[in-house]
Amino acid sequence: MTTAALDRLDPQARAAARGWSDIKIRNMFIIPTILFLIVFNIFPLLYSLGYSFTDFRASVNAPASFIGLENYRRLLSDPNIWRNFTVTAKYVIVSVGGQMIVGFGVALLLNRAFPFKGFVTTLLLLPMMMSMAVVGLFWKLLYDPSWGIINYALGLGRFDWLSNPDMALYAVAITDIWMWSPFVMLLSLAGLSAVPKHLYEAAAIDRASSWYTFTRITLPLVSPLLLIALIFRTMEAFKSFDLPFIMSGQPTTEVIAIRLYKMAFQEWQTGLSCALAYIMLIVVIAITNVYIKYLNRVKER
Amino acid sequence: MTHIELRGVQKFFGDVQVIKDMNLVIEDNEFIVMLGPSGCGKTTTLRAIAGLETIDEGDILIDGKAVQHLKAADRDIAFVFQSFSLYPHMTVYENIAFPLRATRQSKAEVDRAVRQMAEILQITPLLQRRPSALSGGDMQRVAIGRALVRSPKALLMDEPIGALDATLREEMRTEIKRLHIKQGSTTIYVTHDQVEAMALADRIVIMNEGVLQQVGTPDEVYTHPANLFVAQFVGSPVMNVAEARITEEKDEARVFMPGAEHGFPFPRKLIALLEAGKASPDAISLGVRPEGVLVEREKREGYLPVEAHIIEPLGSHDIVDLQIGDRFLRARTKSGFVPRPGEQVWARIDPAQAHFFDTRSGNSLGVRL
Repeated sequence: MTTAALDRLDPQARAAARGWSDIKIRNMFIIPTILFLIVFNIFPLLYSLGYSFTDFRASVNAPASFIGLENYRRLLSDPNIWRNFTVTAKYVIVSVGGQMIVGFGVALLLNRAFPFKGFVTTLLLLPMMMSMAVVGLFWKLLYDPSWGIINYALGLGRFDWLSNPDMALYAVAITDIWMWSPFVMLLSLAGLSAVPKHLYEAAAIDRASSWYTFTRITLPLVSPLLLIALIFRTMEAFKSFDLPFIMSGQPTTEVIAIRLYKMAFQEWQTGLSCALAYIMLIVVIAITNVYIKYLNRVKER
Repeated sequence: MTHIELRGVQKFFGDVQVIKDMNLVIEDNEFIVMLGPSGCGKTTTLRAIAGLETIDEGDILIDGKAVQHLKAADRDIAFVFQSFSLYPHMTVYENIAFPLRATRQSKAEVDRAVRQMAEILQITPLLQRRPSALSGGDMQRVAIGRALVRSPKALLMDEPIGALDATLREEMRTEIKRLHIKQGSTTIYVTHDQVEAMALADRIVIMNEGVLQQVGTPDEVYTHPANLFVAQFVGSPVMNVAEARITEEKDEARVFMPGAEHGFPFPRKLIALLEAGKASPDAISLGVRPEGVLVEREKREGYLPVEAHIIEPLGSHDIVDLQIGDRFLRARTKSGFVPRPGEQVWARIDPAQAHFFDTRSGNSLGVRL
């Protein structure tokens, strides 16, 4: 074989011929990414941390003055912020809970051989691939009290979904469940198909009922993947902004992200909103840590 | 007390028939080994008895009751899988307790049974471990414990020690035999290893291509194989088989190997016995195990001159390939009896250890000298 042929076959040999070492190639790939991360992630992160200790307002041409932990004290003693957190918690519990039940349930139904299984699975994944804004707008139409198809299909007459303060949050959560259950379904399916078939045979031989097999074999073996789905969905739901913002302007659907948006870009309280963003970040990290600890315990088995 | 019977069992996978008209009676407390090459239908038969596989025709009777329509759980049969199939997220204790807890037995009863079973299998120190922290042999002990803990009607084992390494296999083999003698339960054991089958079985069931070939004690299948398949599948090294020409002399019969100048002397009554077995003279095969080929270093009465070709020294004995006519006969000799290849030695066939088969059907002609 000639050297030219060798070069074509082995990119490393070709690069070596040009005098590029592995380290140089590695740097070429990694350094742009790291620069990008620093400019658009790390820098704003640290900068906003600095702002969170000031009374800075982006709309006023005045220098920021350091006020210490005053922003945090104000936020944590504000009953309105606590109301926003309560709304968010309710939203997270209802929508993530619903997604876990629906997603895992559908995965259980799909976890067997039937005609057009691949096609059906793909169809069920479609909601997840749509844009949040489009989904929000369409569900707003579906929920319309006078001509929305949901009231028509359920025979509810002129039932108010989104302008009803008691119902709006649940209506938005239902949309979120519709959109993100496929994600839980996908992870559950991966988990279910990874349970070896011979364990079910062993359980049948051991005279376990289907319910006993489900609770003692299926659930424990799928739980690591279910937990991962739970972590992702909780994080996302906690930060959710688009659906409640597009679908409803009710105070009862004002989740913490909407409050943050208003604080930062309508009221221009930049320093205060930076502090709120940091409180959110800490809450998300705390929740995730709890899950990850539990996940590690499950995985140890 | 468990008695299992298969009556005319047939099983198809698509167009392929994997069990062909299987009839078998298994007595209470018997240790049955199903032996055959891979793909012969032995595992499918075992799974069908357990209820993990449906059958297309025939009956499976347990204690006289047809069970082929019952689910595995309702047949009260335990099964040990080749892959062990331990529940990976449970400890050894929980694995063994699983069949008891699944049927809602009291906590005290479960604990007593699990500890007793662990004692018998000598795995008490491992009770709190998870399967991933066990050796192959211990995993199989746990699997057997889980199978036996609820005192099932019968114990079915599918190549339970096939995945272990050679020394451990031998150890576990002894242990399974010991356990069977101690616990005494009707056992069906599937393997492709004929040594394992001979060592364990009360009776061996030999299968090939979905057809039952022979059922008998290890001694019976070894000394009186029903056909050429059994003759060559059981025993190591493999039995010598060659088409033979038989002539009648004044006071003896002679058996000629293909291309051989001289024939081996046999008692004269061989001719009558072959006739009684309705053998066609042009389709007779002679089968003789290596220990049935007698070798001497000097000329003796009835011995034919042969040349030693290959010598395999196995320590306890040698296997020597002897050329006679156009064929090789493998003989078993004492270690170092034939010093080197190329040596001229003398051989004869022990008539008492010779088998005669119909070349076309492969069936034994039933000749016993």
